[in-house]
Amino acid sequence: MPLRKPPLRDRHDERGATFTEFGGWDMPVEFDSIKEEHQSVRDSVGIFDVSHMGEIEVSGPDAEQLMQQLTTNDVTQLSPGDSQYAMITDEQGHIIDDTVLYRLPEDDESDYLFIPNAGHDEQMHDRWKRFRNEWDLDAEIRNATDDYAMYAVQGPDAPEAVDEVTDESVIDLSKFEATYATVAGVRCWVARTGYTGEDGFELICPWDEAETVWDAFDCQPCGLGSRDTLRTEMGFLLSGQDFDHENDPRNPYEAKVGFTVKLDTEFVGRDALERAKEEGVEETFVGFRLIDRGVPRHGYDITNTDDAIIGTVTSGTMSPTLNEPIGLGYIPVEYADPGTVIRVMVRGQSKKAKIESTPFLKDKQ
Amino acid sequence: MSFEVPENRNYLESHEWVEVTDGTAKIGITDFAQDELGDVVFVELPNEGDELTQGDEFGVVESIKAVSDLYSPVSGTVTATNDDLENTPELVNEDPFGDGWMLEVDVDDESEFDDLLSADEYRDQIE
Repeated sequence: MPLRKPPLRDRHDERGATFTEFGGWDMPVEFDSIKEEHQSVRDSVGIFDVSHMGEIEVSGPDAEQLMQQLTTNDVTQLSPGDSQYAMITDEQGHIIDDTVLYRLPEDDESDYLFIPNAGHDEQMHDRWKRFRNEWDLDAEIRNATDDYAMYAVQGPDAPEAVDEVTDESVIDLSKFEATYATVAGVRCWVARTGYTGEDGFELICPWDEAETVWDAFDCQPCGLGSRDTLRTEMGFLLSGQDFDHENDPRNPYEAKVGFTVKLDTEFVGRDALERAKEEGVEETFVGFRLIDRGVPRHGYDITNTDDAIIGTVTSGTMSPTLNEPIGLGYIPVEYADPGTVIRVMVRGQSKKAKIESTPFLKDKQ
Repeated sequence: MSFEVPENRNYLESHEWVEVTDGTAKIGITDFAQDELGDVVFVELPNEGDELTQGDEFGVVESIKAVSDLYSPVSGTVTATNDDLENTPELVNEDPFGDGWMLEVDVDDESEFDDLLSADEYRDQIE
């Protein structure tokens, strides 16, 4: 199948970006240098093209009920213009996807917009339709992924950078609050969300206006490479690596995102998650820092000090901020306390590592 | 994009360069290779005194996004390694043909050089 292309694929290519396949999309991985781009976001501001993220619109009288029953968080807590992070789980309580869902303003054509991960949009669209039909709910569901471009402007200087280009002031938006605002004449959905650990905004604009909105910003373009190092430093999950529904199913408690699960709401997977919470988990998601020299990577074995395999590295990198090799993975809870010494098999060599609490950057939220 | 390919060296298809002076071969990776890898964060090199065989792996270079094995352009004994790379691996990006060199080898058999690419041949490969 040909790769899906973000609207500015050719522009990024002309700018000198290198590309990678991600979730079926041909996305810029690096514009200048992952380190430089990473540093821009930690120190000032950078802009990411994240148009590979899905957009699903849900509307109609039963839209709220449908959203509530298909996500783990409590949708009824949202006022128009609010958003929340939630998991989408199966009957066993295993994470199929993580998402940010927005409750749109009351005068909007749709009631909710949610953002599945790259390549999951069709699956989520089908899932929403299937359950709507099964539960006989009155809701319209539209896969709008190819209608919108999405950008993330992130970093300590991001609020000013975004506020400067929007006609309306957005600087007073709280975290997870969103509104429509005009950028260079283009109506954009502007949300104070992001996945880097920094302050910042995500902007969703019509696909056809992608260039106009991108050009309104004068800041470091960043690729998926730095997005990955930034989110790893925060211990944030990456779909397909830190949860992989097919190959390594995990529930939100194992994945340390139990805060997104509201057991007093009804949703697919609730009963299984109630049991999981009562029984506790056997394995849990941890961060670790390599003490020996080397770089941990996705798929490497984690062992105990007796060389018995106890888990797998789900994400790993050399942290550009700390200049230390860091990683994430699932291991039995008895090894999960910060300070516990484990080992990581780096290309056949056993390297000493130590469990560390996440985020690795302690001063971030 | 055009990459630096110094004339006074030989190359492997796997993007290592070698420069020989008085029987000693200095080895590193090319400008093209460092650009492909991106930010180099770790270089694993052999020890002094280790014996290398032409075409065999002698180490590993890791960037933030990729891991790449290093292959020896010549057979011989390692006489020096670039210790600066332990703390400043980014020298490989900044100056791949200079301060980013990786090791020196006392060459066993200079006839092996016939197997290596000239600057022109290597340039053809990467263009």
